Amino acid sequence: MNSMTDTVAATPLRNDAAAKMTAREVSVFYGAKKAVDSVSIDISQDNVTAFIGPSGCGKSTFLRTLNRMNDTIANARVEGQIVLDGEDIYAPAMDVVQLRARVGMVFQKPNPFPKSIYENVAYGPRIHGLADGRAQMDEIVERSLKRAGLWEEVKDRLQDSGTALSGGQQQRLCIARAIAVDPEVILMDEPCSALDPIATARIEELIHELRGRYAIVIVTHNMQQAARVSQRTAFFHLGSLVEYGETSEIFTNPRVERTKDYITGRYG
Amino acid sequence: MSSLALFLLVVALAALGWLMARARATAFRRGGSAPRAHSLPSYHGWYVALWTAVPALIFIAVWTPLSANLVMDEVMSAPAAASLPPFEMQRVAILREAREIAEGIRPGGFHPESNALAPAYADALSRTRTMGAVVALLLAFAGGAFAFTRVSPHFRARTRVERLVMAALLGASTIAILTTLGIIASLLFESARFFSLVDPLEFLFGTHWSPQIAIRADQAGASGGFGAIPLFWGTIFIGAIIAMLVAIPLGLMSAIYLTQYARPAVRRWMKPLLEMLAGVPTVVYGYFAALTVAPAVRDFGKAIGIASATSESALAAGLVMGIMIIPFVSSMADDSINAVPQAMRDGSLAMGATTSETIRRVIVPAALPGVVGGVLLAVSRAIGETMIVVMAAGLAANLTANPFASVTTVTTQIVQLLTGDQEFDSAKTLAAFALGLVLFVVTLLLNIVALRVVKKYREAYE
Ligand SMILES: Nc1ncnc2c1ncn2[C@@H]1O[C@H](COP(=O)(O)OP(=O)(O)O)[C@@H](O)[C@H]1O
Ligand SMILES: [Mg+2]
Repeated sequence: MNSMTDTVAATPLRNDAAAKMTAREVSVFYGAKKAVDSVSIDISQDNVTAFIGPSGCGKSTFLRTLNRMNDTIANARVEGQIVLDGEDIYAPAMDVVQLRARVGMVFQKPNPFPKSIYENVAYGPRIHGLADGRAQMDEIVERSLKRAGLWEEVKDRLQDSGTALSGGQQQRLCIARAIAVDPEVILMDEPCSALDPIATARIEELIHELRGRYAIVIVTHNMQQAARVSQRTAFFHLGSLVEYGETSEIFTNPRVERTKDYITGRYG
Repeated sequence: MSSLALFLLVVALAALGWLMARARATAFRRGGSAPRAHSLPSYHGWYVALWTAVPALIFIAVWTPLSANLVMDEVMSAPAAASLPPFEMQRVAILREAREIAEGIRPGGFHPESNALAPAYADALSRTRTMGAVVALLLAFAGGAFAFTRVSPHFRARTRVERLVMAALLGASTIAILTTLGIIASLLFESARFFSLVDPLEFLFGTHWSPQIAIRADQAGASGGFGAIPLFWGTIFIGAIIAMLVAIPLGLMSAIYLTQYARPAVRRWMKPLLEMLAGVPTVVYGYFAALTVAPAVRDFGKAIGIASATSESALAAGLVMGIMIIPFVSSMADDSINAVPQAMRDGSLAMGATTSETIRRVIVPAALPGVVGGVLLAVSRAIGETMIVVMAAGLAANLTANPFASVTTVTTQIVQLLTGDQEFDSAKTLAAFALGLVLFVVTLLLNIVALRVVKKYREAYE
């Protein structure tokens, strides 16, 4: 066999000094069906990590294990170990409420609450009791909207309904909502798939700006997007992590045949 | 020949027509004269059958009531009719007896007059019946023959039959609409008569309700007797306040439990069980209210020192009505909560909200318009509900906010006004129509508003 293999998963980047989260042999089952098969991966603190792979390969499922959103699905079961800053997030002592405040999530379809823009952003801080009084809340809302690049567009209509914004604005509102509780990690599940190219570019720009402050994981089916926004890329196929490495490496010089086939568009 | 026999005969003729036409159509199919006949043989059969039956049956339907009048006219002009007593009820009895003798149902009459009248009756009966039968059969034959001559390979029997079927379906739906229009017209007409006796302003805003007094001629339309405010208040107090205080929290909470907490297996048996409440006949709720709840409410009232507590109370009726409405509210709330996208729920949970925080802060507010629509529908049902209030609320037109006191409602009073011997043109009976009109208008408005709200809400999440 030459350097191209088809079966052996590339070794995950285990020696990433700045690993924020580490997953070891994580499998996820829906009932009897295995959707994620023994995935080990390190999520870097300072980089944007992209998950790519054909639809149905388990990207979302694995992403959701990172903040235990799979707990909300009745028949889902997770095996293996996931550690956030040295703490096992599936340990009995772990409080899911606090975990989700530390690991925020942005969804595929913008899902602002049917409340005002202000209340959407204030939602998390209220739940977690982060603000003492109105002034501090105003401050948090303003800071979050600024970081999400939405402040200039909405500062005069904070009381309007969040659902009245355009799709791209709604998605940035959801990012502001996630930022408002000051998380350490932000998970994004195909955040641009419901948006037009201009709104998409806006979100990608935003991901660049947020990088470094938050560890960011983004699922995308758009390979150009992965190439544009991420420094690390993980390729999933049929529930397994096939290859993981520097984005530039993965896209120019994949080590596994299947990765190459996918990236060159031979299937997908 | 009796109407029933005639009817059966016409149907038999139609069946015969069906068979003949089908046989003929089959024959020219087989004969190869037209390999691609337009319609299947059975359509030709139906075409002929319908032409045989429909005109004749329409005639029978018109003729049967008409012939009864003709018979009566003829009998009354017979010489024996001159000796009939003038008293209406006796006359009716004698005529009925005469008819029964004429038809051979009974051998002889109790009244001598009926025996005398019987031959005239028999005569008239047989004449009109023969006439009817002849015309009906002629129509059936003529229709059938006309249709039969049209049976040919190129005749579009299928199209004709389809058109007739459509006309029949349209007719069926029109009947429902026309009936509704008729009811509305009669409500409007009788209410107009009522308002010519009683000032509408007095009726709508007066606070004194005692329709019994106004029966006396010298007081007809007397002011003060028909102020319906106590009724409206009682209706609202029971149906829109007490019942809703019971139904909204319980219905909403059970919907939340069923949609958000219950495992699918639990939901599968609990939901039908809850909906079974809606299948309990209202009269059962009525006596449950009157015999079980009302005394308990009275005793409770007395126990906490309310001397005026009676065994008929707004509270008893309202509580039971609330129970009755629970499945209604909960199934509407269930629908609206289910219509809230899962993404909304996920969004909240991903922020670290607990399930109950998510329900309180996101799901219920998001589902609220739908829930409000459901509650409005529930109110419109509650205020039209009759049995429970008749049995448990009482008749006293009190204008009171004391839930232990007896109040009365619009529906109770309508029942009250129309039961027993009544003249149908006194202000008292006409008042029932005016009350019915008010109830109808309010219920209609509530329904329109509610359906709008619910529809808007559905659109918001599509
Ligand atoms: N709630 C669920 N219940 C059962 N199976 C699921 C559920 N969600 C996802 N799956 C299955 O798990 C597999 C992985 O799905 P997913 O993680 O959504 O893939 P991706 O995000 O890569 O498109 C798919 O086969 C999908 O059908
Ligand atoms: Mg997905």
